[in-house]
Amino acid sequence: MTPADPFPLVRTVGFDGILVTYADTMTEPSNRAALAFRAEVERQQWKGVIETSASLASTYIRFDPQLLPHSDVESRVHGLLAQQDWYSAPLPSGRKLWRVPTVYGTDLAPQLEEAAAAAGLSPAEAIQRLGQSRVRVLTIGFAPGQPYLGPLGPEFNIPRLQELTPMVPEGALVLAISQFVLFSGPTPTGWRHVGQTAFRCFQPDSDQSFALNPGDEMQFEPISKEQLEHIKANNADGTGGATCKEIAE
Amino acid sequence: MSLVVHRIGPACTVQDQGRSGYLDQGLSRSGAADIPALHEGAALLGQSPSHAALEMAGMGGEFEATQNTRVALTGAPMQASIDGSPIAWNASHLLEQGQRLVIGATLQGNYGYLHLGGGINTKVFLGSRSTHLTAKIGRPVQVGDTIPKGTDTGETGMKLRPDERFSGGLLRVVQSFQTGLFDDTTLDRFTSTEFKRGARANRMGMQLESEGEGFAAKGQLNILSEVITPGDIQMTGTGNPFILLPECQTTGGYPRIATVLPCDLPRAAQTPAGGTLRFEFVTLEEAVALQSACRAELARLPNRVEALVRDPHDIPDLLSYQLIGGVISATD
Repeated sequence: MTPADPFPLVRTVGFDGILVTYADTMTEPSNRAALAFRAEVERQQWKGVIETSASLASTYIRFDPQLLPHSDVESRVHGLLAQQDWYSAPLPSGRKLWRVPTVYGTDLAPQLEEAAAAAGLSPAEAIQRLGQSRVRVLTIGFAPGQPYLGPLGPEFNIPRLQELTPMVPEGALVLAISQFVLFSGPTPTGWRHVGQTAFRCFQPDSDQSFALNPGDEMQFEPISKEQLEHIKANNADGTGGATCKEIAE
Repeated sequence: MSLVVHRIGPACTVQDQGRSGYLDQGLSRSGAADIPALHEGAALLGQSPSHAALEMAGMGGEFEATQNTRVALTGAPMQASIDGSPIAWNASHLLEQGQRLVIGATLQGNYGYLHLGGGINTKVFLGSRSTHLTAKIGRPVQVGDTIPKGTDTGETGMKLRPDERFSGGLLRVVQSFQTGLFDDTTLDRFTSTEFKRGARANRMGMQLESEGEGFAAKGQLNILSEVITPGDIQMTGTGNPFILLPECQTTGGYPRIATVLPCDLPRAAQTPAGGTLRFEFVTLEEAVALQSACRAELARLPNRVEALVRDPHDIPDLLSYQLIGGVISATD
C-alpha cells in the first residue's frame, strides 16, 4: 500500500501563522506553487492577514487570530487550494529579468574550479553553462534582500562544503544543490564562491531598498576582472552594471 | 534636540514595535525585546505605545537634557538618578534643561527602556524607527549622539506597579509545524526539564542549557529551509535549544520544537544569564485566550498609572524640610 500524497500540506506556524507546503524538496513546480499561491492570498486581501511570504516550497501567511480565527484561515486556504492546480499555475505578473555582469573564477571567486570539478566539468564549460542559465528568485531570505536562485542543471547538484569559508564579500555568487545565492552582505558560507558581482541586493539608504522580488529572473553573464573594476568605479546606483527589463507574460 | 549622550552601554538601540511586511525580503521585524515595556512607558507619559524608546541591554548611560524633557523608565529595573539623586524606576520624571540622567546596570532582567515625552524622533525606515543590527539598519547609540524627541506636553511624577517578568519562570508554548519531528519521549523530556539561560544571548536569540542529553529531531540535518517566527525554539545540531528573538533570521534549516507565545516572549528575553526557564504546551485555543487577555491588560495600563509619592528615604536633604510647620498644638 502506498501512503496518500500528503501535499499540499497545511500546518500551523507558532501562534499566528499558517504554512502551505507543496513538497519536501525544492522543485520547479513546488516553488511555482508557493509563489502563485502567495500572490493569490495577497490578492484576496483577507481582513486580519498581516504578511505573507514564499519560501522554496511553501507559502506562509501570518495573521491576527483575534481578527481572523485559525479555523477561518484554514478553511479559506483549503478553499483556494481546491480551486486549481497550483503546481502548474502561472507565475505572478510584473516579474523582471536582471542580467548581471559576473566575474567567474580568478582570485575574486576562488572556488569556481572546485565547483566545476564537483560537477564533472572543465572550468570553461562550467562558466559557459552557469553564464547561460536563466534562474528564478526562488525565495529571499537569511539576510535582507538576499535571493536563492535556481534551479540550475542537475550537474550542479553539488553538496555544501563541510567547512565554512570564513568570509565572502557582498555581491558574491555562491553555488550548491543546483542553486545560487547572491550575497547581500559579507558573510561566512558553506556554499562555493564561483562568481563575483557588484550587484547590491539591499541598499537601506536608497529609495528602493530591495532590488529583487521572488519570481524575478536573473542571468549572470561572464565578464573580465578589468570590466568589473570599471563597473565598480561607476556603481553609485548599486546595480553593478546589470540591466533590467520586464518579463512579458 | 533633547538628550546628549555622555556615556552609553555597549548595546543601546532605538526600538519601537518593529517593522512588519518585509519577511518576503528576508528582513525580520526587529522591535523592542520587551514590547509591554513600550506600553508601560506610553501609559506613564500619556502617549501612544507606537513611539520609539531607547532599549538598554544590561547597562544604561549618562544623558544631559538640552531642553526640559519628560522621561519614563520601564523594563528591567536599573539604577537611576538625576543630578545624583536616586529616582524611581517604572515611573515618569521631568529632566530639566542641563540636568543629567544617569542610568546604571540592570538590577534584574536584561532590557531597560528610556522613554521620552513625544517619543524618540529618529528617521523612520520602512515604517519603523527600530534599529536592526544584523541587517545593518541603524547602529547602537554612541557617546556624542543627540537623541531627538517629538513635540510634547504633559505631566510627570507618575508610576506603575512593577511587573515580575525579569527573572525567568514558566513559558507557555504552542506546537509548530516541525514539532512532529520530535518523538513523544523527547517532547516529554523537554517539558519536564528545567533550563538555564546560557551565556550566548542577544537580540537574535538566546541559548538555553540543561543537564543530560540534547533534544534532537529525527533527520535533523535534512530539513528544507523554512520560515522562522520570533519565539521559535530552535534546536542546533547538538540539540541545544535557542529561543529566537526580534532580530532572528527569516528562514532556517534547524528544526524548531515549539514556539513561545508572544505574551510570554518578553519574560524569555528578560531572563538573565543563569536564570531558570521551563516550558508548558498549551493548545491554540488556550493560546488565543491567553494572548487576548494579555492585550487587554496592556490596554488597561493607562488606568493603572498612579501619582508618584516621594518616599522620605529618597529625599537627600530631609533635615532642611520644614516638617512640623502648620502643626497646631493640642493645648491651644
